[in-house]
Amino acid sequence: MIEAQDIRYAYANKVEALKGVTLTIKDGEFVAIMGQNGAGKSTLVKHFNGLLKPSKGKVLVDGVETTKSSVAALARNVGFVFQNPDHQLFSETVEEEIAFALKNFGFKPEVIEKRVTWALNLLSLTQYRKTSPFLLSGGERKRVALASVLAWDPSTLILDEPTIGQDHEQKEKLRQFIMQMQTQKKTVVIVTHDVEFVAECNPRVILMKEGKIVADGEGKEILTDPALLELSSIVLPQIAQVFTKLAPLGFPKDVIDIYEAKAAILKQAREKGMLK
Amino acid sequence: MSVFDGLRFRKVHSPIHNLDPRIKFVYVIAIFVAAIIFYQIIPLLILFLIQIPFVLLARVQRQWLRSLRGAAFLATFIFVVNVATTFFTSGYHFTAPNIENAAAMTMRFVVLVESFSVFFLTTSPDHLGLALEESRVPYEFAFAFTTAVRFVPVLAEEAQTIMDAQKARGLELEKGGILKRIRNYVPVLIPLIVSAIRRSLELAEAMESRAWGATKKRTNLYALKLHKGDYALVAIIVGILIATVYIRLYVPIPTIASFF
Repeated sequence: MIEAQDIRYAYANKVEALKGVTLTIKDGEFVAIMGQNGAGKSTLVKHFNGLLKPSKGKVLVDGVETTKSSVAALARNVGFVFQNPDHQLFSETVEEEIAFALKNFGFKPEVIEKRVTWALNLLSLTQYRKTSPFLLSGGERKRVALASVLAWDPSTLILDEPTIGQDHEQKEKLRQFIMQMQTQKKTVVIVTHDVEFVAECNPRVILMKEGKIVADGEGKEILTDPALLELSSIVLPQIAQVFTKLAPLGFPKDVIDIYEAKAAILKQAREKGMLK
Repeated sequence: MSVFDGLRFRKVHSPIHNLDPRIKFVYVIAIFVAAIIFYQIIPLLILFLIQIPFVLLARVQRQWLRSLRGAAFLATFIFVVNVATTFFTSGYHFTAPNIENAAAMTMRFVVLVESFSVFFLTTSPDHLGLALEESRVPYEFAFAFTTAVRFVPVLAEEAQTIMDAQKARGLELEKGGILKRIRNYVPVLIPLIVSAIRRSLELAEAMESRAWGATKKRTNLYALKLHKGDYALVAIIVGILIATVYIRLYVPIPTIASFF
């Protein structure tokens, strides 16, 4: 469980990136943090594994205050995958890259071997085991970065902009992967601009603006509120746009999911006698 | 990264910022020469003090102080080494002149840092490039130089992100003995170098696609021209140099110890 109690954070250049944020993320929750550039999303999630410590207020991870623990100790439970894989890849082979964190956490060699195999398999990277990570494509490098964090099986996973530079197929795989994490009762926090991706996953959405939380609730509620989204410079998901326009014809407004959309359209068609 | 902060240019309009970079550079050289010529504490202190009006006029006092703070470690080192060597070579006792001499050597370093800091804080990379070009440095070199200067803060920021990413994977930079600590930086340095190379390749492509080097003769949006202020600075520089040479040759310089 992650609890933030009225946290404020100012960078060295005196820019206050967080201006009093309070939130609780329960175990097993799936949360998307959204908002425009500079809203404080990344600053907020960097508090969850202790990379940043609040200037004021408290952050508790599983009841432990982050100021009383090291990043390495917190990282054991909170895995953080950075946006750009090139900011972490350095090993000669993919295998060593994945083993890096495991060695840091002091796992035994035979456990490391098993975990590496497991992580490679999970993200379909087995064929690249002995390849240099620098020779892989952008999407593959991103998967290596993800595998290198998943390998130690943290109970919470933070993904910063996971969909950037990924094609549709990879995004779909990522979505399935997050769902799989959900069934294992893992906490997943994503920071993203990708409104379509969030609409497909339908997690709890936290909307930020200028260092504060402006909305927190069901994805379905928040992503269909045009006024709220405009405030944070986010466009409605395409399906929500269509259904907002169709509302005067008697369609429901709060639709973001493609299957729900299909059901609503078929229902209307049946009622109007267009289908038998 | 405080040392870099002290050299980072911020756009401000002040009489000092508007000076011609070439003349400012000559000023730095003049201070440099004067600081080398004197080895006594009093003239070096004066050299330190006469630069403060420039700092105030340019309104960069805060960044300037930060660059001095960045130099504090090295300055202390210079002082300690000087005191220690004279202590051991002069038969194991501290004397006032020896301490004063060590202070003068430290002051010389501080004066050099001070003048370079004033120069970099008040000269935009564009101006710097222009000055190099006007001084007949080939454009390719001038461009490479200004780009390098411009990318220092970018790289510093990137290094921070990389450190964060590796810490998130359990890397503890401060752990272990000296050798282990150096080895700890490998996971930071490799991504930094790789991304710098990648960035430079991308920059080269972006520049070529915007017709970089299409014509041999380039024109500039801003042309450097000498104004009244520049002539005033030239007069100050000449004044400093004449005074330096005159004092050095004909005026006996007192030590602080001699006042007591």
